Amino acid sequence: MNGLMVFPIVLPFTTASICLMLWRYPRHQQSTALIGSLVHLAVCIRVLSTVITDGIQVAQIGTWPAPFGISLVCDHLSALMLIITGIVGTATAFYARGELSDSMRAQGFHSLFHVLIGGLCGAFLSGDLFNLYVWFEVMLMASFGLLIWGQKPPQFDAAVKYVVINLLATLLLLMGLALLYGLTGTLNMAHIHQIVITHESKTLLTAVAFIFMAAFGIKAGLFPLFFWLPAAYHTPFIAVSALFAGMLTKVGVYALIRVFSLVFCHNIGMTHTALLVAAALTMLTGVLGAAAQSEFRRILSFHIISQVGYMVLGLALWTPLALAGAIFYLVHHMIVKANLFLVSGLGLDLAGTLELKKMGGIYGAKPFVAVLFLISAFSLAGFPPLSGFWAKLLLIQASLQIQQYLVAAIAVMVGILTVYSMVKIWLASFWKPLPPKDLPSRSQALSLWKIIPVCALACLTVLIGIGAEPVYQLARAAAHEIMNPQLYVQAVLQGVNP
Amino acid sequence: METALAILSGALVAGGIYLLLSQNLVRMLFGLIMLSNAVNLMLFIAGGLEYQLPPLIEKFQVEPISPVANALPQALILTAIVIGFALLTFMFVLFYRTYQTLGTIDTREMQLAEPPEPPNQWHEEEAS
Repeated sequence: MNGLMVFPIVLPFTTASICLMLWRYPRHQQSTALIGSLVHLAVCIRVLSTVITDGIQVAQIGTWPAPFGISLVCDHLSALMLIITGIVGTATAFYARGELSDSMRAQGFHSLFHVLIGGLCGAFLSGDLFNLYVWFEVMLMASFGLLIWGQKPPQFDAAVKYVVINLLATLLLLMGLALLYGLTGTLNMAHIHQIVITHESKTLLTAVAFIFMAAFGIKAGLFPLFFWLPAAYHTPFIAVSALFAGMLTKVGVYALIRVFSLVFCHNIGMTHTALLVAAALTMLTGVLGAAAQSEFRRILSFHIISQVGYMVLGLALWTPLALAGAIFYLVHHMIVKANLFLVSGLGLDLAGTLELKKMGGIYGAKPFVAVLFLISAFSLAGFPPLSGFWAKLLLIQASLQIQQYLVAAIAVMVGILTVYSMVKIWLASFWKPLPPKDLPSRSQALSLWKIIPVCALACLTVLIGIGAEPVYQLARAAAHEIMNPQLYVQAVLQGVNP
Repeated sequence: METALAILSGALVAGGIYLLLSQNLVRMLFGLIMLSNAVNLMLFIAGGLEYQLPPLIEKFQVEPISPVANALPQALILTAIVIGFALLTFMFVLFYRTYQTLGTIDTREMQLAEPPEPPNQWHEEEAS
């Protein structure tokens, strides 16, 4: 048994329990939470380096052999997801240190936060569909709590929509799971893969595939199932919405990539064409929706949707280059999107509102905040040499390679429209002159706890942009494993390490 | 038996979806309860129903001699029921608090998070 794989899951839960035990000592909860996220990040780095040197890592819990016990599997894709969870989790934990008051902290915020991180890591590591469902539920439970943290009236409105649609999605997932279990008699993904390739009732499998697509599509925010997302993401605390924006929809994308490569690979023509159409429409509707918004975080929320379209596009094109592009995009997007939400928090501190109409003059008051915004916004829109440029380049190149010119054109156009939204935010909140009494004052102090994570994430974007090659190689390796599921199957069922 | 249960779970799904489409939070809650029960039933049927014996192994044997009931779906359902119960409890509380805070259980009247734009906004700006 490979003990290392357990730590990314166990550590956050340990931190959460310690925070619960320190209920009466919010200060200590705070420091435990920060130390917990740093240690978690270190463990995730260790896992990634192990995967890079030794290939796919498998842990059989309780040493029960593979199709019978619970398997934790970590290939390149999972390892990349883990490390981004570590990075975004740590950054938002630091930001929350600056954002929350002691009385807010006292009620178990950090416990929920770390349970959410633990659920994310569990979902990324699970090698078995039922456990994937359980981890999704763990995540949901924690995210419900975080979403209504603070209990302002708009949060209740948002939470109702978020809770109902997400419950529906998990019920759909469970339904698909039941049908798949009935068809194949197993829940281990590697084992299902072996059975599916020789299964005779392909039509039934395709029907089940579409149930899964709907379930994960709701989670990921695919067209036409995304309306819950912009209704909810702009209401909670900044740190919470940054964590959600960075991680939650991306778990849906991860699950789509995993399931539609390993499990439903019997009818690529049909399922992946459906995904392609959904991806193209997701990109378009997301970016057009953003153009109509006039609130900082709501614009960003709509952009999450259009970006999810890019990632699913990579899966739908189903070539090694496209998948590498999708994975590169995942890595880039999680960092940049979380950072943009954090920057919006700095804007909120300076201007006192996130309504673009009432904001303005931040560039004059705090030029470095404006620079931090510009780095992330340009990266999101895909300006060279930032990380978003390479991600978009890979995907467009991949779609041109297999003569999907229309999709490539949409991808380019959506990039340009992204610039439009970013310029809109820039003009309205950073550049626009305001009457002197409304201007944010130059002397207003911003908490260092908030600025450090924003700077760190911005630096990371620049670094990934300038040193794209190592990240690209990792994405290539991950795509290679996804395109050749027998590597995963061998590692899980026979303990063979490719 | 399986056919009857399959039809029953289909009927429960239909009823659940119908209730979910309502604008009333309480109806939506009942819809989700129905749906989650329908899905649990589906898990149960998926495991197969034909064998009546419990999955017990005789003394000095390593596997059951005669065909027995499939224990795995029952474990899965048990997990799903527990999780579903926790989520529904949370939803009860959330909906009640929503009612206390917003004073309504009609989803059409919940527009705090997404306030509608005033219709003549642009004309007003031009006029001023």
